Amino acid sequence: MNETVSQAVAKAAAARPQHALGEELLRQLRRPFPWLVVAFTLLCGFVPYLTDDVGLRESLLLAAVYVTLASNLNLMIGFAGYVNFGNIVFFGLGGYIGVYLATSWHVNLVAASLAAGVLVGFLAYLFGLGILRLRGAFFALATIGVNEAVRAFVTNFEPWGGATGIYLSMDAYAPLGGPMAGLWICYFLLVAVMGLSLLLAYAIKTSKFGLGLLAIGQNEDAAAVLGVPTPLYKAIIYSVSGFFPAVAGSLYFFKSGIIEPTSAFDLTASIESIVMLMLGGAQTITGPVIGAFLYEELRGYLLVSQTFSHLQLVLAGALLLLIVLFVPGGFMGWLHTRLPWLRRWLE
Amino acid sequence: MIGILASVIDGVLVGAVYGLAAMGLTLIWGVMNVINLSHGAIIVLGMFVVYFLTSATGASAYLGVPLVLALGFAAGVVIYWVSVNRVIGQPILMSLLATFALNMVIIGLGTAAWTTSPYNVPVSLPGITVRGYTFTGTHIMAAIIAVVIAAALYLFLRYTRPGKAIRAVAGNRDAAELNGIPTRQVLSMAFGLGVALACVSGALIATLFPFTVLSGGSYQLKSFVVTVLGGLGNPAGALMGGIALGVVEGLATPFTPVSWTPIIEFGLFVITLIAFPRGIFAFSRA
Repeated sequence: MNETVSQAVAKAAAARPQHALGEELLRQLRRPFPWLVVAFTLLCGFVPYLTDDVGLRESLLLAAVYVTLASNLNLMIGFAGYVNFGNIVFFGLGGYIGVYLATSWHVNLVAASLAAGVLVGFLAYLFGLGILRLRGAFFALATIGVNEAVRAFVTNFEPWGGATGIYLSMDAYAPLGGPMAGLWICYFLLVAVMGLSLLLAYAIKTSKFGLGLLAIGQNEDAAAVLGVPTPLYKAIIYSVSGFFPAVAGSLYFFKSGIIEPTSAFDLTASIESIVMLMLGGAQTITGPVIGAFLYEELRGYLLVSQTFSHLQLVLAGALLLLIVLFVPGGFMGWLHTRLPWLRRWLE
Repeated sequence: MIGILASVIDGVLVGAVYGLAAMGLTLIWGVMNVINLSHGAIIVLGMFVVYFLTSATGASAYLGVPLVLALGFAAGVVIYWVSVNRVIGQPILMSLLATFALNMVIIGLGTAAWTTSPYNVPVSLPGITVRGYTFTGTHIMAAIIAVVIAAALYLFLRYTRPGKAIRAVAGNRDAAELNGIPTRQVLSMAFGLGVALACVSGALIATLFPFTVLSGGSYQLKSFVVTVLGGLGNPAGALMGGIALGVVEGLATPFTPVSWTPIIEFGLFVITLIAFPRGIFAFSRA
């Protein structure tokens, strides 16, 4: 195991510098997968708009948020092998920053969301340098702590409305051309964030940086000995994995019109994104998408069903347990072992 | 001054119970390198066992302690074979997710059955009053039971054959297997013991404070803080760590709002992990 990783790292290190950046980009653009992502994103964006199906839009919007969360979580869990139980903190904090900027400071929604992403990414970088010194289980516990601590802080933070949170008035949507148009704009932006998250995951997976992360995930000490700057890589990926969730959080809560601490920093949502990731298959790019869509369907069914509406958490837990025990590779892992040629098409 | 002393003493009493909870966690970690993320949910199960026992029979909560221990042990063995056995020796991610999944199942079922409204176990014990400060009887009793159980665990691990087998497996599993110790059974026994400790600490906490199905999370966090204070995998350190946390809480409560307690605990957790990775009380390895 370690040998293959070290060989891969050495190969990547030897091969990369010869390519200029432009050549590298062209090479990537000749591969099918990025275009599949673009096509999928456009499909998600335009089908509800052209059919004017608001129900479909709402369910795809939720799916886009789930895909964004699961895909960025994959950067930590799948690539670097660090379990982040508190990944929802990025989403919630991004939501707070974005909504606050958009309402109190009347910043343009896109700018506010980007600012939220950058700020959360920066905070995550600073924090990551500290807590990423912890390994394995300790890191996992610390991430729960980060989420709880931020929640407790926001609950006591008066400028953000404390425990009651921030409500948006209808005026807040005026710059977007009214609430109706605002909802569509938020939807398009969220779908775009989903597409960009997938492209980001793909770009990282095929880069030298991504190989370094995979090496950390396999054996951190061996990776460090082979020259992977592990503390830096870990802090960068922790920070990067926070950027798009924060942007998505800002857009999502702006669209919802309300943000309050219990829903913004809901640990259950964090866990649900882990379930989606494991369901679809960690370490793959397509896995989180499949997992998110499957889970959203399942969740929709459970919430409506009479028998199971109270047992959503139980079934999610049972599902996670079954996957971990019997199909640790998730759906894509299973598919890739059955149909190896598919690896070329669906990363 | 006497007020602060009283806070410290009360902190020691409550902290002994935290220590007992953490002992369950640290025992499982020390023997099989598994962090049991269903720990909080199991503490809650212990609380509800005592609640239903006292409300159904009217007996004193303390009479239920042996029963809680036995039920906890049985539950732990079952949990081990269902969800932990397959992930032993796999990357830490797998055992974390497996035990966390179990946590979701227990909490979900508990919420469906008992809702999230608060419960409490009525216990009346006379307190001890010294110079105008009353030490609650329940706190004293809980601390005594916690220390007795901790001592019993120590004697069990030190002097009995199964206890020695557990220590052997913790020390070197392959060597233990070569010497004819059925390590899987020993692991399941150790897991059962850890769960039994968590259950019984939950039962004791239920006599101290009101609780809900969701209380487990905060006691789980406390257990982790205590565990790292005491040094991971070190049951004797866990009791010391528990008492230390109890004292810190007792001293902090008069000066800070309750909603800040998790932040203080989490800060303590991270600082200890980074500054003293082997624990502050790591002087004696049981």
